[in-house]
Amino acid sequence: MGQASTAETYLKIENVWKAFGDFYALKDISLQVNRGEFVCFLGPSGCGKTTLLRAIAGLDIQTTGAVFQDGEDISALPPSERDFGIVFQSYALFPNLTVEKNIAFGLENSGIARADIDKRVTELLALVGLPEQAKKFPAQLSGGQQQRIALARAIAMSPGLLLLDEPLSALDAKVRVHLRHEVKDLQRKLGVTTIMVTHDQEEALAMADRIVVMNHGVIEQVGTPTDVYREPVSLFVADFIGETNQLDGVADKKGKGVKMGKRRFASATHTHADGVDVIAVIRPEDIIPHGDGARSPGAPDKVGEPGNTVETTVDEMEFLGSFWRTRLSSPDLGSGQVVADFSINAVRRMDIQVGGRMRIEIPSDRLKVFAAAPEPDK
Amino acid sequence: MSSLDALGPDVTAKSRIKPKLGSDDWIMRGYMIVLAVYLIVALALPLYAMLSKAFETSRFDLAQFEVQVSNEAGAYNQPAATLQQLNNQGNFIAEGDLATSSDGRLALTKFFPDFSFRSPVKYRLRGLNDEAVYLVGSERFEGTKPAEFDSNTFRKVVIRPIQGHGLANFATYFSTPALFQSIQNSVFIALVSTIITVSLAFGFAYALCRSCMPFKGVFRVIAMAPILVPSLLPGIALVYLFGNQGFLKQFLMGESIYGPIGIVVGSVFFTFPHAMIIILIALSISDARLYEAAVSLRASKWRTFWTVTIPGARYGLISAAFVVFNLVITDFGLPKVIGGQYNMLAVDIYKQVIGQQNFQMGAVVSVVLLIPALIAYIVDRQVQRKQVALLSARSVVYQPKPSRRFDLSCLAYCALVALFIISILGICQYAALVKFWPYDLSLGLTNYDFDRMDGGGWDAYRNSIMLALMTAVIGTVIIFTGAYMVEKTKGFNKGRAGFQFLAMLPMAIPGMVLGLAYIFFFNNPANPLNFIYGTMAILVICTVTHFYTVSHLTAVTALKQIDCEFEPVAASLKQPFYRLFSRVTVPVCMPAILDIMIYLFVNAMTTVSAVVFLYSSKTTLASVAVLNMDDAGDIAPAAAMGMMIFYTNVVARLVHAVVSRYVLGRTQGWRQR
Repeated sequence: MGQASTAETYLKIENVWKAFGDFYALKDISLQVNRGEFVCFLGPSGCGKTTLLRAIAGLDIQTTGAVFQDGEDISALPPSERDFGIVFQSYALFPNLTVEKNIAFGLENSGIARADIDKRVTELLALVGLPEQAKKFPAQLSGGQQQRIALARAIAMSPGLLLLDEPLSALDAKVRVHLRHEVKDLQRKLGVTTIMVTHDQEEALAMADRIVVMNHGVIEQVGTPTDVYREPVSLFVADFIGETNQLDGVADKKGKGVKMGKRRFASATHTHADGVDVIAVIRPEDIIPHGDGARSPGAPDKVGEPGNTVETTVDEMEFLGSFWRTRLSSPDLGSGQVVADFSINAVRRMDIQVGGRMRIEIPSDRLKVFAAAPEPDK
Repeated sequence: MSSLDALGPDVTAKSRIKPKLGSDDWIMRGYMIVLAVYLIVALALPLYAMLSKAFETSRFDLAQFEVQVSNEAGAYNQPAATLQQLNNQGNFIAEGDLATSSDGRLALTKFFPDFSFRSPVKYRLRGLNDEAVYLVGSERFEGTKPAEFDSNTFRKVVIRPIQGHGLANFATYFSTPALFQSIQNSVFIALVSTIITVSLAFGFAYALCRSCMPFKGVFRVIAMAPILVPSLLPGIALVYLFGNQGFLKQFLMGESIYGPIGIVVGSVFFTFPHAMIIILIALSISDARLYEAAVSLRASKWRTFWTVTIPGARYGLISAAFVVFNLVITDFGLPKVIGGQYNMLAVDIYKQVIGQQNFQMGAVVSVVLLIPALIAYIVDRQVQRKQVALLSARSVVYQPKPSRRFDLSCLAYCALVALFIISILGICQYAALVKFWPYDLSLGLTNYDFDRMDGGGWDAYRNSIMLALMTAVIGTVIIFTGAYMVEKTKGFNKGRAGFQFLAMLPMAIPGMVLGLAYIFFFNNPANPLNFIYGTMAILVICTVTHFYTVSHLTAVTALKQIDCEFEPVAASLKQPFYRLFSRVTVPVCMPAILDIMIYLFVNAMTTVSAVVFLYSSKTTLASVAVLNMDDAGDIAPAAAMGMMIFYTNVVARLVHAVVSRYVLGRTQGWRQR
């Protein structure tokens, strides 16, 4: 996806801090965005993602730190002297102007001939798939249509940077999913460097080339969607993105392992010192079921690591359409339950039932271990 | 990650980003400062001038002067004595009488009981310090140089007081029972009027909101009619009804309408619409679900009324009460017309200033009047804020169900109130047309021959329309653009807060106080703006300032409803704010802008209090003419002029309705789907 190694840096953020009185909304943020890249700022509300976007736009300029766009230091410039287009969650369409007047708002008054403006507006309306709506007022359009007009207006002047502030959050779930693809397609077609702020992890995973996960004003992790999902670098990231089982344990001295209750599980990636309280994290879909037929050679559920298998009781099963979500318990996993997602196929084949017993495997390369107490600053 | 502490030294001025201001920012801030200067000149400085006048004291300092008297042969055989010493011996001037106004003068002959201007005795006068000032006729002398006068000249010698600051004026005020009594009178009248008006208005609003009676629209229009006339018009109507020649005089059973009764009845009339509209809004936002809950809990109607209706409307009731209280206590026109010998604070200011030319005491009464007005204003603001919080809750609008008995009693009640309002207006119109009340009741237009009366004639009417139009146009431009700057300027928080404070202040300032403050400030020859004194300009400035706050709040409310992301979007599209302002903000806010215009127009037509101090012979106004003609005994022409104001405002309202409809059709097409 991202061509980070070859692409040139378009936007560079260096040691940005933002203070609101005594409160720091951004703490020492540094980040680079490549030309043509689609980056999502993802995090819970209050994490600073919108503050960072507004600093980039010049709407709320950072307290200290620098922002470079296309090699130029824009740290102190007012929004009107920066080069960006912006779409807000509220669309911010001018209610008393027709769709075409909205899109043409920036084009008029900039020395472009009337005929060229009309041409450009027609072109943009076609681009966002609303060629028929030019004469309507925004209130006559659906939410999804309004958002597309806002997008057309934002890209009308061919800005170098497109900023999207939770653009899809106000829409119905279905329209939202549909528009995701459209926005992503449009971005790819135009090749415009884009930053989108969202609190919806699914949206970020589906759209971004790279995701910037933020929390409490700091960047937790920057990476491709698969990176942040598969290889979270912190408990926060693991917890915030996707579903996780979190199991209390203690780092074990016998090599790469974690002790939970009486059992010891291997973890491929863990680096913690012995005796440290840790939280072991496994995603529900990473848990491998072992049924009665598991011993048969070549079966996908053959025992990989005997040390990481455990006998469990099926407490609850929930049918979620494309898969089953099960709650399993075992004295070997400490006090809690684990949630595991099994395919319909596997449930049928292995005859998994509530009250039944089954073996599961927690693959060592999928078991992530994080310190239980917040790590001291490095 | 660095810790927060590591940032400490870094965030000092050295590395802090100093945002560059765009041209929009400069223009907006510059414009806001211009408007702030306007408000400072039109409001803050005049008030300051008035306050300092109130606390300024003037006092004859007898120790400042020394006089030596010669014998009849012209030889000075007696030692010189200070005036203080002379007064100590003869007690010519009581200690309390040494306090005076800034224009005070004291003749020296008072210290010499055997003075005769034919006497050959000579007087040698010497100031004892540099501040000593005395006049000989109109010639001014100061300092310590001695001077000699013969008797004939000496009788023209007067000494001038020294200036100081203190509470002496207030001491004088509170030791003058005639003045002091006004506080009690004003508060009493305001309280009684408030109780009656709020009760009546509540019943009326309740009927409009909670019954299914017919003619609701008509009643609403009638209830708002008193806003269109000067507050002194009901006074004139009451004079015709219950005055010395009134045909309903016997209904008062010997009581006089001139006094508290007249003031209260008139106050109820002119404050009724204000209270009614506030309570109506409060009632209409209360939640229907609460009533459904009350019904399902089988609460009686009576209990529901006290546990749901009244608490729901309590902020409206409190707010209405304070608004009415403030209107009554600061009103000047009505007690002037019908108050008789019953003194009220606002009238005292007028009497002190116009009647006795005692500007200083006028300023003192103004300060006294400011206190209850300020309190009422502050309480009202607090309550309004709470009411807004109620509004934002998701409530379901209450839909009344028909109930024959209840609806009919509501109809009867509203008809009664409407009859009161219509008859006040009707009697004025009738009186205006009657040739010579009560002797010749035939109708004619003689009373409209204003040019033959005192008060300014038809010119006054034309001036009023001019003033109203200019106030509406200029005021709306100033107020709306000012509100836009306050709402939409980024950063510059202190400047915005200061501006907001200035914009909210006029509501707390009674018109009489504002007018008097303008005299002190603009009539000062040292003021470079002195030239606008006595012109139409000062009337426009004063009226805009007087009615600034309500208009400002209307504009702010409209602007708050506009998406705050418009400005960032326009900036990202490289468009200056004024293009967004003219193409989007103004069209979207057009209904509010038109409301501000009609509000200013109507108030400029009816206001008396501030402008009564400021008009000149070339800028007499219709509302002031009503007052002056009434004062001169031309009550019928006064009524006629009052009704001219009424009809003008009715026409203005109709024009406003037509224009609104047209403009809304053109600029608000987007509102309909």
